[in-house]
Amino acid sequence: MQDLPEVVRLIPITHYLLFASALFCIGMLGVLIRRNALILFMCIELMLNSVNLLLTSFATYRSDAAGQVFVFFIMAVAAAEVAVGLAIIVMIYRNIKTTNVNLLSRLKW
Amino acid sequence: MAEKLFYFLTFLALASGLMVVVSRNPVHSVLYLILTFFSLSGHYILLNAQFLAAVNIIVYAGAIMVLFLFVIMFLNMRTHNEPMAPIWAQLAAVVSAGLVLMVLVAATKASSPALEAVADTDSFDSQIGLVQTLGQTLFSQYLIPFELTSILFLVAIVGAVYLGRREPGERNSF
Repeated sequence: MQDLPEVVRLIPITHYLLFASALFCIGMLGVLIRRNALILFMCIELMLNSVNLLLTSFATYRSDAAGQVFVFFIMAVAAAEVAVGLAIIVMIYRNIKTTNVNLLSRLKW
Repeated sequence: MAEKLFYFLTFLALASGLMVVVSRNPVHSVLYLILTFFSLSGHYILLNAQFLAAVNIIVYAGAIMVLFLFVIMFLNMRTHNEPMAPIWAQLAAVVSAGLVLMVLVAATKASSPALEAVADTDSFDSQIGLVQTLGQTLFSQYLIPFELTSILFLVAIVGAVYLGRREPGERNSF
């Protein structure tokens, strides 16, 4: 048995939950109000990171290493996603000379 | 000490996250996002997850954000024609994001008694975030997912190269 870390003793886990919720909502707000595809990607990264922080805090509070391994996998998937996504954005820019996602809604109809 | 650090890092992350959303210049957005990632790494260190803190800095702040900056400078984005949603859509976005936040906060409040009753001191292991423990878990219990990640990266590389290649007959496209 080891001593509890200072954070686990002092900070209730609900504070982490509230913080991660707020960060997730900021990312969601960004996805909804911005129309630049690159900024949308950054806001998605923000949302992914808030979920990562929540997983890490639960892993620490319950002392379960699986949660942190999962965060590692999420980071790997996010890196792959960004590589492909930025390639797609560059290709779109080549074709229509803008990254405004409003002009890309033609697939809808 | 840990408490003060927690609230400082939380404030820093939320403020810079908000600045990512509201700043008109994409380069400023990237820099604020890097600040957010650094404060999240501070949170990981507070949570005794040193390995994740290091990986977060190296992968996110180091690799991914450099890729973003590279693409922004590559595409030569102008600030004055930065596209935004119309004003009614922005209002609706603020309202819906606030509603989602309200639902999440209410759910947290409702379930907080069950969540607080953790920290079983007998079986608590504060060393799970260290490289040694995490490496042993990763390479024994999660070996196959770890190897599949490398295939995922291979697919991502092939996809990025395929998408980024010059199409036949296309010249001087920028």
